[in-house]
Amino acid sequence: MLFPNLANKIQDTFQRLRGKGKLTERDLDEALREVRLALLEADVNFKVVKGFLSSVKERSLGHEVLKSITPGQQIVKIVHEEMTKLMGGGVSRLEIKETPACIMLVGLQGSGKTTTAAKLARHLSKQHRPLLVAADIYRPAAVKQLQVLGESLSLPVFSMGEANPVDIARASREKARKEGRDLILLDTAGRLHIDEAMMQELQDIKEAVKPAEILLVVDAMTGQDAVNIAGSFHERLGITGVILTKVDGDTRGGAALSVKAVTGCPIKFVGLGEKTEAFEPFHPDRFASRILGMGDVISLVEKAQATLDTEKAREMEKKIFSKTFSLEDFKEQLQQVRSMGPLDELLDMIPGAGKMNKAMKNIKVDEKELSRIEAIINSMTPGERQNPEIIGNSRKRRIAAGSGTRVQDVNQLLKQFTQMRKMMKQFGDMGKGRRGGKKFPF
Amino acid sequence: MSLFDKFVEGLKKTRESFSEKFEVLFRRGLLDEEFFDELEEILITSDLGVELSLEVVEELKSHVKAEKVAERGEIKSFLRRLLVQRLAGEGVGAKEGAGEGVGKKAEEVEREDAETRAGAETRAGEGIINFAPQPPTVVLILGVNGVGKTTSIGKLAYLLKGQGKRSVFAAGDTFRAAAGEQLEIWAQRAGAEIVAHQQGSDPGSVIFDAISAARSRGTDVVLCDTAGRLHTKYNLMEELKKLVRVAGKACPGAPHETLLVIDATTGQNAMAQAELFSKSVEITGLILTKLDGTARGGIALTVRDRLKIPIKFIGLGEGLDDLQPFSAEEFVDALLDV
Repeated sequence: MLFPNLANKIQDTFQRLRGKGKLTERDLDEALREVRLALLEADVNFKVVKGFLSSVKERSLGHEVLKSITPGQQIVKIVHEEMTKLMGGGVSRLEIKETPACIMLVGLQGSGKTTTAAKLARHLSKQHRPLLVAADIYRPAAVKQLQVLGESLSLPVFSMGEANPVDIARASREKARKEGRDLILLDTAGRLHIDEAMMQELQDIKEAVKPAEILLVVDAMTGQDAVNIAGSFHERLGITGVILTKVDGDTRGGAALSVKAVTGCPIKFVGLGEKTEAFEPFHPDRFASRILGMGDVISLVEKAQATLDTEKAREMEKKIFSKTFSLEDFKEQLQQVRSMGPLDELLDMIPGAGKMNKAMKNIKVDEKELSRIEAIINSMTPGERQNPEIIGNSRKRRIAAGSGTRVQDVNQLLKQFTQMRKMMKQFGDMGKGRRGGKKFPF
Repeated sequence: MSLFDKFVEGLKKTRESFSEKFEVLFRRGLLDEEFFDELEEILITSDLGVELSLEVVEELKSHVKAEKVAERGEIKSFLRRLLVQRLAGEGVGAKEGAGEGVGKKAEEVEREDAETRAGAETRAGEGIINFAPQPPTVVLILGVNGVGKTTSIGKLAYLLKGQGKRSVFAAGDTFRAAAGEQLEIWAQRAGAEIVAHQQGSDPGSVIFDAISAARSRGTDVVLCDTAGRLHTKYNLMEELKKLVRVAGKACPGAPHETLLVIDATTGQNAMAQAELFSKSVEITGLILTKLDGTARGGIALTVRDRLKIPIKFIGLGEGLDDLQPFSAEEFVDALLDV
């Protein structure tokens, strides 16, 4: 990435200008140039960038920035705030009132409509009884794909072979009514926004089923053309929202801003992977950070909270500060961290790690290292795990052979563990010491 | 919401056809700052990326200055030549090329234009499959999700059939629901054979079996489909390495071509895709799909220029015959709408 840290870059610009004394409007322009580059590199549309920056400039000139001691940070703050505002401010929900309500998914080929339909159905099945409808009769095996996905979710899929999509959509309402389904999820065929006949078909479907929501599915990696695509779909159909897919990659996702700017429709969800549960509501503030290359700390924290069992964590905390912390506990901790997902995914969310995750080699070592440590611990007897001191040379050889590692590896792990325990004990004693009136060791 | 209105107003202009913009741009009187700003905008909105767009504009500027060019027709053909050069993988030399351009008259530029056009046929790698000396030729098709890998395979088989080559498909996308079925339908359409296993089975074994089948039946080409994968997923990139190893075991020298499929709608991320895929396996060429939309696919030029991977084919629709050999000249003409 060209702009690992926008804030630093802008700060640098101002630092250079610092010697001149008072900052002027021209200095501000220079800083905004950096913002412009960052946004363009993130695939925000050229025109959108232009309009966006003029509003940022207007606000910045209102004394907020030029008089600040840290003008760089001020600008980034304003950019971030304005961008969050532009993308809708808060989380936007679906508007489902009547029953059965219909949600129509539309978009270009390969944007991920079918996968998204399944994800959305899963997401909504907590409060609703969704019916998936296969109205993509053009792409080979698209119907089959939805059927397989529906089956894996134990959700019904309505299809009528290669019948007219408009008829399929109409018939699905009847089907939903009969089977007591209150939500219809219509998967339509991918199409180009300039394909007259295909766009007409969508309009006909819309007429036939009067959907409560028409959601445009957009690939997060989309470039400058996002405005044309979203604009055309919106003009023809009046979309009510957007779902951004493939957000689990390393794209900065500037298309989100473009799409919102050109349609005014909120982005409602993001798709984060191929599994049906990899689906979340869209958070404008977090996505603004992502577009600016600032990482996504909130998602990281949330992920940690969702995965880590608080009860267990508290218990672990107790153990850590006592002397009973064993290799068994250590292993459990490792597994908890790993259950948060692959390390590279976690790294993606850490600010400034954007550059790091490109150096995939380093991450590979980490993942492998963790597996090796787990294997070594797994090859120990329960007694050894509780009491590593009893591990002599012969035991080490056995453990190494059992885990497919070398004796050195076992040694290293034991050494690290002993050090860790020593440190933990110090912390524990520190706590006690404080009560006893002893001073901090550092 | 006045800000919105401003955007919508501004964006309407974007949606006007590029050709119009270009015409207006070149019809305007002076080659002033505004001219270059607008040119930069056109290049950036074609997804060429800021860096490369600025480079191109700078080259043009220095050419205009050195040559005291005042005529817009001349600058247009210079720009065209410059982009063709970059697309032809002469990007490193492009700077020298700009230097050469200095001191040349318009007619000379014109003549060289014709020469580059003639040179296109002999240019290495462009628009063709490098066939193995002994069949089968193994072609591995890779890419992120939803770029059109399966469709491209169907169309590629049809293209090869026109050249008298028979293909067998390896249904290597064993992950996505119904991917095998999709490929099977394409096999019927394109008159190709197919080797497929169950969903969830090992893609390596599918590819191995397909190559073995091709060897025993004497089929010319094995087109291997793979599951869509984001370039940031380490395990899936490792799996690709394995697929390459398996192909090599099934047939020495295979894969003979490893083609990365890129969606023309993709923005700057295509560069990251190409970079990271190339880190895992050697990419011998690109297939640029979905050029029948309004996206210009300028990122392909950036990938071509920066990573020196030739563009082999372009996809222009969902029909059987909608895959075409790539030509730098035609691509640039389409990009500039001349």
